Amino acid sequence: MARIVVITSGKGGVGKTTTSAALATGLAKAGHRTAVVDFDVGLRNLDLVMGCERRVVYDFVNVINQEATLNQALIKDKRVPGLCILAASQTRDKDALTDDGVARVLKELSEDNDFIVCDSPAGIERGALMAMYHADEAIVVTNPEVSSVRDSDRVLGILSSKSRRAEEGREPIRERLLLTRYAAERVAQGDMLSVEDVQEILGIELLGVVPESKAVLNASNAGIPVILEEDTDAGQAYQDAVARFLGEERPYRFLDVQKKGLFGRLFGS
Amino acid sequence: MTQATQKANSPLELKGRMMTLTVLRLLDPSVEVLARELDRRMQDAPDFFRHLPVILDVEAVDDSDLHQDLPGLVGLLRAREFLPVAIRGGGEQWNAAAREAGVGVFSGGSEVPAVRGQTGRPRAVQEQASVSPSTVVEQPVRSGQQVYARGGDLIVLAPVSPGAELLADGNIHVYGSLQGRALAGVRGDTGARIFCQKFGAELVSVAGTYSVSEQFEESVRGAAVQVSLRDGDVLDIRPL
Repeated sequence: MARIVVITSGKGGVGKTTTSAALATGLAKAGHRTAVVDFDVGLRNLDLVMGCERRVVYDFVNVINQEATLNQALIKDKRVPGLCILAASQTRDKDALTDDGVARVLKELSEDNDFIVCDSPAGIERGALMAMYHADEAIVVTNPEVSSVRDSDRVLGILSSKSRRAEEGREPIRERLLLTRYAAERVAQGDMLSVEDVQEILGIELLGVVPESKAVLNASNAGIPVILEEDTDAGQAYQDAVARFLGEERPYRFLDVQKKGLFGRLFGS
Repeated sequence: MTQATQKANSPLELKGRMMTLTVLRLLDPSVEVLARELDRRMQDAPDFFRHLPVILDVEAVDDSDLHQDLPGLVGLLRAREFLPVAIRGGGEQWNAAAREAGVGVFSGGSEVPAVRGQTGRPRAVQEQASVSPSTVVEQPVRSGQQVYARGGDLIVLAPVSPGAELLADGNIHVYGSLQGRALAGVRGDTGARIFCQKFGAELVSVAGTYSVSEQFEESVRGAAVQVSLRDGDVLDIRPL
């Protein structure tokens, strides 16, 4: 049985798809069979960030409607073995995600994979609810600014009440925070919330801090998951986050202003 | 307010007591229309109505034939987890219908109950006995979530986020930071108070008198405070 991980945030544009691509690629590189599924039906992006947009024949909605088999729709990544992508449909809307259909596809995926990464759309409507419903773990992607933090808080409330685990009264979803687009200089100037501020409001475990970086946009444009850009700050921050996700202890980097040195002090508790 | 007939060591105690009760005014004689409207209202705040004792005010539909459907209407309310206790404002034909439906009748507009139905009374007593004194919440209350402690105090052992809402008939205690809204004594208890360890609320209210964040003094922000009602209409926020 695969672990189902939802990448969610509430707010748009904070880095869910970038994170989904990076996490899935990182897990596969560490030797875990991983599928990454785009739940953003109608606003398909994951295939672009993963660089496989020209290879999409069948998509998630085709599989739900049984117009194609899962194997026909899954796109194997060319760079990392054990990684496959299930693209969203660009011509449909979120209503195409039926409860039974999503449950069936995830069940089938979980037979051949160790992890299923679900890239949630923004908002708290159907697409987002479907992406988080089956989750075992959640990574809440948040930018260090107040509206993103509030939306993340809202999403955490929904995770704890409307997921399948909550409905069945099982152990709750493991929720972890990934702070993205973190600019240490602006935090030092007081323009941006610090890691401590965000953690005080959300009160969940910190998975990682990804600095604001040109590398993210460059990698997205090139269709390369940023985690494969190993000499960039964002790439390294994602590598740390994946290692922590798999249970490894790593010091937190990129928390301090660059001049003070690349290796930040060991953070918090 | 309280009038007690009590003997020492008696296992029973009869009290006449004034209480705030929700009155549901029936303004349309059609059961279907009423049911539809009820469902619509319940969608907005399903938890608020759960096990809520109500009095049905039938004054506006006194002349209609709705009394023939009263048992059905009462059943419909109970199926939606309301607790219809009695009717008021109806003529003679309504009293017979109330007996059949197993609810009491409040005569006229007065607060003196004239309970006639045989099953109505035990039901009301049962409701009083099952009121739990307080509600304890151990998980964080997040933005968009609402917690209501009916009939007692609300105790929260975790942070309350901005955009979250706490409601209680009694006091509210927050052993964490309070960033959202807190409304104590929502059914009119002017003696209710709000206590918290770290005060950063968006709004506080006691028995309907409220104050918003903009009006708070800087000295209480982030402090451990209690909020209470002074002279019936002024909210007092002071450090603990």
